[in-house]
Order: sequence, then C-alpha cells, then structure tokens
Amino acid sequence: MRSPHTLQKTIGTFAVITGLALFTASLGLNSFSLREKSLQTHLNNDYHYEMVAPFAISMLDKTYSNSLTFNRDLHQVLKQGQEAIRQDLEQNKGLGPSDETYWSMVMQDYVVRSVKLPITREAAQGFLSDHAGMTGGLALILVLLGSFLLYFPIWKQLPGIDNTGVFSSPLKSRGWSGILLGSYLILFYLILYFYPQHLVNWMIIVDPISYRLNNGPASQWFLYGLLYTFVILVMGLRMILKYRHNAYQIWRTASVMFFQTCFAFILPQLLAWLNQPAPDLKNIWPLDYSFFFDYRLDEMLQSGTFGLFLLFWGIALTLIGVPVFTYFFGKRWYCSWVCGCGGLAETMGDPFRHLSDKSLRAWQVERWLIHLVLIFAVVMTIAVVYTYLPKQGSGLTRSVFFSISSAVLLFAMGFVWFLNKKIKAAIPRRALLIGTFTGFAIIGIGTWGIMAEKEYLFWVQDYQLRSWYGFYVGSVFAGLVGTGFYPLMGNRVWCRFGCPLAAYLGLVQRISSKFRITVNGSQCISCGNCSTYCEMGIDVRSYAQKGQDIVRSSCVGCGICAAVCPRGVLKLENGSHDVYQRTQQTRAIHISETEVTLLN
Amino acid sequence: MHTVIIGNGISGTTAARFIRKWSDHPVTLISSESPYFFSRTALMYVYMGHLRQKDTQPYPPDFWKKNRIHLIQAHVTSLDIAHKLLQLDNGQSLAYDKLVVATGSVSNFFNWPGQELKGVRGLYSLQDLEYIETYSKELTHAVVVGGGLIGIELAEMFHSRNIQVTFLVREKSYWDHVLAPEESAMVNRHIRENGIDLQTETSLKAILDDGKGQVKAVLTDTGETIPCGFVGITAGVRPNIDWLKTSPLEIERGILVDAFLQTNIPDVYAIGDCAQLRQPQPGRQAIEAVWYTGRMMGETLAYNICKGPLAYNPGVWFNSAKFFHLEYQVYGQVPASLPPDQDTLYWEHPDGKKSIRINFDKSSQAVTGFQTMGIRFRQEVCEKWLANRTPLDEVLPKLALANFDPEFYRRYETQVVQLYNHRFHKNLPLQSPRNILDKVLQFLKN
Repeated sequence: MRSPHTLQKTIGTFAVITGLALFTASLGLNSFSLREKSLQTHLNNDYHYEMVAPFAISMLDKTYSNSLTFNRDLHQVLKQGQEAIRQDLEQNKGLGPSDETYWSMVMQDYVVRSVKLPITREAAQGFLSDHAGMTGGLALILVLLGSFLLYFPIWKQLPGIDNTGVFSSPLKSRGWSGILLGSYLILFYLILYFYPQHLVNWMIIVDPISYRLNNGPASQWFLYGLLYTFVILVMGLRMILKYRHNAYQIWRTASVMFFQTCFAFILPQLLAWLNQPAPDLKNIWPLDYSFFFDYRLDEMLQSGTFGLFLLFWGIALTLIGVPVFTYFFGKRWYCSWVCGCGGLAETMGDPFRHLSDKSLRAWQVERWLIHLVLIFAVVMTIAVVYTYLPKQGSGLTRSVFFSISSAVLLFAMGFVWFLNKKIKAAIPRRALLIGTFTGFAIIGIGTWGIMAEKEYLFWVQDYQLRSWYGFYVGSVFAGLVGTGFYPLMGNRVWCRFGCPLAAYLGLVQRISSKFRITVNGSQCISCGNCSTYCEMGIDVRSYAQKGQDIVRSSCVGCGICAAVCPRGVLKLENGSHDVYQRTQQTRAIHISETEVTLLN
Repeated sequence: MHTVIIGNGISGTTAARFIRKWSDHPVTLISSESPYFFSRTALMYVYMGHLRQKDTQPYPPDFWKKNRIHLIQAHVTSLDIAHKLLQLDNGQSLAYDKLVVATGSVSNFFNWPGQELKGVRGLYSLQDLEYIETYSKELTHAVVVGGGLIGIELAEMFHSRNIQVTFLVREKSYWDHVLAPEESAMVNRHIRENGIDLQTETSLKAILDDGKGQVKAVLTDTGETIPCGFVGITAGVRPNIDWLKTSPLEIERGILVDAFLQTNIPDVYAIGDCAQLRQPQPGRQAIEAVWYTGRMMGETLAYNICKGPLAYNPGVWFNSAKFFHLEYQVYGQVPASLPPDQDTLYWEHPDGKKSIRINFDKSSQAVTGFQTMGIRFRQEVCEKWLANRTPLDEVLPKLALANFDPEFYRRYETQVVQLYNHRFHKNLPLQSPRNILDKVLQFLKN
C-alpha cells in the first residue's frame, strides 16, 4: 500500500532533481569571448604575453557558446604560445635546458593550467551573468523546498529508529539511481579538481556571497566550501530529525554542523578579508597535508604574531591535541564531532552508511592502505620540511630537524612497546614488528641520506612526493573516491581506507584510550543491525554476541550501532578501568571457567 | 565421535560452535530451513527493509568450512535409534554417535474454522516470511491474532508497509500475563499511537473463505466480521516435535531432558525451544522459547559432550524486546501480578513512554527484579544485585550504575529515589553519576 506521504515525497524528489538539473544546466547558460586584457593580466609576464598574443587573435572576435569549446581553443593558443616561447629561447636567444635563465623564462605547464580559470571567468557573458541571482535563487528554492517535502514527513512519524525500505530503495542500495548519483558526484569532483574552468558559471552565481564574506570574487574553493556547508546543514537537519529521540546524535550532528559552518567556512573567509592567513583552524596535519609545505610555512612566518600562533596551534593540535583528546574520548572527538570529511559523511552520507563492506578481506585491505597513506604523509612532510630548512646555521637546520623527527618517532615506538608490555594492550606481534621496522626504516634511510649529503632526503625530490600525494591522495582518494563513492561503497571510504589523520587517531585509540563500546551482558540477539549500519565496516555483532567490549582503531564513535540496536546492547563509554581485560579474550557468556570448577 | 545436530538455529549452532571450540569431534548441522544460521529474531527487519537476509547471518559462509562444521541442507524424515541412523528427505541416511535435537518451535493453531485457507500463516521460519512477503504486494488490510511478542512484530512489519492492521488480543490488555498492568497499558497506548487497531478481549472465532480458497475476512467472538487479505496467527509457539511422536523419545509438550540436557535415550540430547526440562529451576518454566536460553543450552550441552558433566544453569532470568519504538528489558522476576510477599517501586515518566520498576522482598528488602521501558539497564549490574539479594536501600543510591542509556540522555534516577523516599518516608541520597563506567567496573570486580 502507498504511504500517506507518497505524493509529497514524489513532489519533493522532483523539486530537488529539478533544482539540481537547473543548477547543472546553468553551467551552459553563458557564452564566452576572450578579452585581450585578461590574457595579459593573468599571464602576468610581458614576454609570455607578447609570444602568446599572436595566436589568440583568431579567438578574439569569436563568441563561444560554452566553456568546453572556449577552453579547447584557449588551450590550443596557450600551447602554441608555450611552444613558440621554447623555440624562441632555443633558436633566437641560444638558451637551453642547462641554463638557469632558460627555466625562468620558459612558460611552465602549471601556468598553462592555472590561467585557464581566471581567463574563462572574465570571458563569461550572457544570460547567466545577467540573471545569476535569479537562476541560483530558483535552484536553491527548488532544492530547499524539495528537501523540506522529502524530509518533513519524518517529523510526522513517531520518533524512533526507522530504516524502513533502506534495502529496497535503488538510491540507497546501489540501484540505478545510486549509480547515477555516484557518477554525478565523481564527475563533479573530476571537474572541480582538474578542470575548474568549466565551473565558472557557478562561481559567478555565488560571487555576491563571496564578496560579502571575504570581499573578493569566488574561487572554485569558495564555491566548493559553500556547497559543502550547504549540504552539511540541510542533511544535518535531516539527521537531527531522523534521530530526534537520540540526544547523542542530536549533539553530535549539531557539532559537525557548527564546526563546518564556523571553523571551516566562515572564519577563513573573514581572515582572508583581513589579509591574514586563512586556514581551517580545526584541520589537523596529516589530514591537512600541506600544513608544512613551504608556501604555508612562509605565509605563517610572515604574518606576525597571528601567523606564529597558527604555526603553534597546528603543531600543538597534532602533537598534543590528538593524543590527549583521543585518550579521554576516543577518536570520535574529531572524526564524528569536528572533522569536515566526517561532517559530510555523517549528514549527506547517512543514507549510505550500510553500504560499507563488512568482510574480513575489506578489513585487511583497510589496515594496510590507511597506514601506508600515513607513512606516505609522514615521509613526505619530513622531506618537505627538510628541503625548506637551511643546510647550515645556528637555528633549526636540516639535520637538527631530522634528529627531532627521529626522536619523536623513536619516542612513539618506545611508548607503544612499553604500553604493550605494561598493560597488555594486546597489539598483534606482527603489527608491532611492522610498525617498528617502518619507523627504523624512515630514520635509517634519512640518516643515510644526510650522511651521503644528498640534496633530497629520501632520494626523491620532495616536490615529486608532494605532487604525487596531492594528486593521488589529496584529490583522487579524498575527493573523487571519498565522496563520489558514497552511494557505491558507503559514506566513509576515505575515512576508513585513506585518511592519515584517522590512522593516527586510530593508533592512539587502539593503544591508549579510555573509549570503548560496552556490550550489555548477553542481551545480544545477533540480529545484525549494528554491523549493517556501521559506516566503518566493523562487524560489531561479532563482538556483541560474545559479550566482548569493543576497541577498534577504526571506530569513529558515531553511536549509530547503539542507536539501531533493538535490545539496548551497546553503549559508547569512556572509562579508565579494565579496558583491555574486557576486550581481549572472549568473555564467556554463560559458563565462566570459575563457575565450571565450582560445579564439578 | 560424530555429533549430528538437527536444527541450525541459535541452540544447535551454538552447540556446534562450542563443540568445535572444545574438541576436534566431527560435527554435522542439518537444516531444511536455511543453508546457513541466521538470527530468527531479525526476520522482521528483513521484511521491513532494514536488513537483507544475508545481514542476519552472524557468520560468513566460509566460517563453517574453516571451522569444520559440516552443513547439510535437508529435512530429517525419521530417526532410527537402535542403529543410530537418521533418514533424510534427499534419500541419504546419516549415522551419528551423539544426536542433538534442536528443532525449535512451530506456530500454534487452535483448530479455527478456515485456518487452512490461503493467506493464513504464522511467523516463525524463513519460509513463513517468504510466504508473508508474497502476500504483501496487494495487501491493504491484515489481521494479527494473538498478543505476544511475535504478534506485535508482525503488526509492526505490516505497519511499515502501510498495510492496515487489526490486532486481536484475547487478554484484557497486551501481554498482560507477562507485563504488569502499567507497562502493559503503556504498550497498548504505543500500539494505538502507531495507528494499529488494537482490539483487546477479542478472540478469533473463524476465518472466512472468499470462495476461491483465499481468506476474505475473520469473524471474532464479539460478532464482528473484519475483512482482510491476510491473517497472521501468532498465538504462541509449541515445540516442533510432531515428527518424533512415534519414536521411543519421552515427550510431553517438548522432549523431556534432565539437567544435563539428555533425553531418556543415551546419546540423544535436546536443547532450545523443543526441549522440556524435567526439573526446571525454581521460578523458571520447563520450556523457555527464548533466544538466550537456547544459546545457554547449546553452550552447556557442548560442555557436556566435550568436557564433562555440567548441569544447565540459566542464571538470573533476563529478557528484552522492542514494541515498535518502545524498548523493554527485564532482569530477575517481575511477574504480571505481584506475589503477596513482594512490593514494587514503579516510576513512570509523565510522557508515558518510559518507566522503571524494581520489585523487592517485603521482609528482607532484597531486590527481586528490574523492569524498564524506554530506558536501558546494565545487565551485569542488575544481575549482581539480584544474585546478592541486595536490599533496595543499598541499590537505590547507586541506581546510576545500572543505567545503560546512551551518553547525553536524560537520567531519571533522582525521580526514582524521590519517589521511594516519598512513599516510604525515607531520606536516601543519590550518588553522583560521574565517571559511571569506572564505578561500574569497580563494583563488578568487588
């Protein structure tokens, strides 16, 4: 039988899809014609401009109907100019790749990539530019109205867990609409990260907001931040509505909404307005993998007291904040209460949490992958800072820095060995050995590099490491796969398999934290709701049915397992007592060994 | 020593798992219902779309091979005790050294006229669920007969698909032979709040045929005819032992077993729903068709087979359920009507959706049972108080230790203690609910 809200939901779905379609279509609602001035401004190099301009003549009197054809020609022009510059340098000026001036005069590939967006922005004109507010407003109203119609019926239902129809909805169970949404998201990330010049119409739509917040035009990152925050707020309200009987879920969701809106979005805008460095203050290295990159360090070191505060704040969060907060509350204090990726996963991702892979195989892949990313981030950062620092001098030199890094690594490894022995944290021997081996390998190879007086610490240019990490981990993994795969592999793909900060927090949680999920005696009926709705793919039931408390490095403490349990078996708790005794071996449900001896 | 277990429900599976844990004996698990063990209590969630059938299987398919538990999907047709042989419906026969009967229950049907019609079914097995599923497509109105735990599940299932439900309950109030009047009334309200047409003190008289062998309506003892496309019969379950009636096994309502879960025939055991204890422990039933006792029996039996004699001891009674969104937990004895030597402290939230009940002995003040609705309690703590027969005056100040609700939930211990102080003119304090887990673990250790 049809639900009494079927009509309402159908209209809602229709409105959301129409809003999204309108917003997407707006990308094609401008025409583009090249302005000579923007070529000059953005190349920002008279020689380059002089060499490129002749090729651009054919574009000047043309009007392109879309950004695709415009950029196809623009790319051609830039490439021709680049080639002409190269030939001019080699044939007329007699320079070659071995000369230093050659490299300062040649037009690099990154210039070709980065000028396209601002040039395309200035080339845009037409319907959308004239009616940006109306188009954007209409799309916004449709999406908001649709979301309201879709989600308001939840309010009409009695409060309580309701996952009715999750596995019969094609959107939520990898059906056609799920695959469609996944493809849309992946495409969006692909364009955002690698071809932002095709998103200029969206930037034009959000320009007025950008001017209000940071007094400048919208970049693709402003656009992304705004959309991201909007989605977290709308879907966060849905989450609160859905779990309005559950105080933990309400507070947690409100928290991620707050941190995203204030810390990740508005505060950086205001800082940018004040011409200050504008980082996301709650983003922590190594999730914020560029924190120690040269341009970020320069920016902080050149911004007076505030810059130094930021440097201190970032380092303190990593070295003190993470271990201390995680000791008291588990990694949830960050992953499901503060983090932006977590915020999106817990709001927009909530309808997809059951799609995470619960198999043992997935757990094995997860453990290798996430820790490899962490090692990659550590190695890259050490290499980058090493190159940034002076070779000789009185202060922080390269070798001093490497000694400090080695000492931190050694301390961490020693601490783990000590804990494992003292309180029997039951870390598998293999994991301990692999970890120790990796630590010593980093220290050993680094030391060897210093001894051999290599220019680059680990035999690889730090620049190379940076670009690999930025591309494969920062863009492809975190964005494309991390969010694009929500409807395909669940909402925590990035957090589970790729986030280096999650790996770090997880190590602390597993090795030294008061946090655990307590299992309520023998009340478990093995129904499988907890495991199914665990976004991190933890087989919660396998512990619950044994009456065994749960400490898993991957658990982000979202509390949904406890919420969906029909028998009140699970509780997220912090306590310093007995955590390893209660999680280590199976606590017999019924026959304890002492009882048996008594009876015999 | 080959152990053959008939039935792969929670009892049979637990027995098989622990036999493997404690020995290398060959183990065979037979079921015609499902190739793999699944959580029977989760069937409703499959229907409602919360879970897929495979999500209700606690162990992955490769678990059985890895643990050398041999699975056979077949129906046992007869048992030859003299030769220790089982006959299967696929033509094979199977020899055993030890036989465990764990065949569970079947739904009760009380010879109502029309009960054989199409569209009349109980809810117990996977096949029942599949049957109900095929009937649900065009269904607009269903009648559920019998006010127990399965009845309310079935009502919730139909409700999730916007199928109107009339819920016939013979008693004055839902489950009132188990729940005390206040809790029973609370569940009644909640059922009705969900839009279910709950008809108490109403029994099924007959099921009416539409002329094509399909159900068309039910006739109640109040003379009402209720048109419907499906009738769910949930008037309790009974042991699934009809196929053993002609065997030399001693059978009453269930297969009679001693404290070691052994039947009258050597090397033949019975556990779970189908077993009837010859001498149940004081205050306990001879047949307890509950998930938890099935699991305990499986574990005890495996111990008996692998290690040595161990009497079945189910410990302090506990149970739990969820009525729509209303969670229910009980620890110890909280009977529907209070025995004369006991008193009860009952607190109910003004919203009528949460309650805490503590029963205690009038003379010794020892607590005898805890029952909560809409509030979770911690089993280990309650169990310890009950086992130690702790006086209520000692329990109440520490009541926070028993709370198992998620963090940030409102706590009601103060109200309970206030109520007690008011009623008994006492002045008990309430200990601070800070660092509860640490206090709980200290309490459990001492």
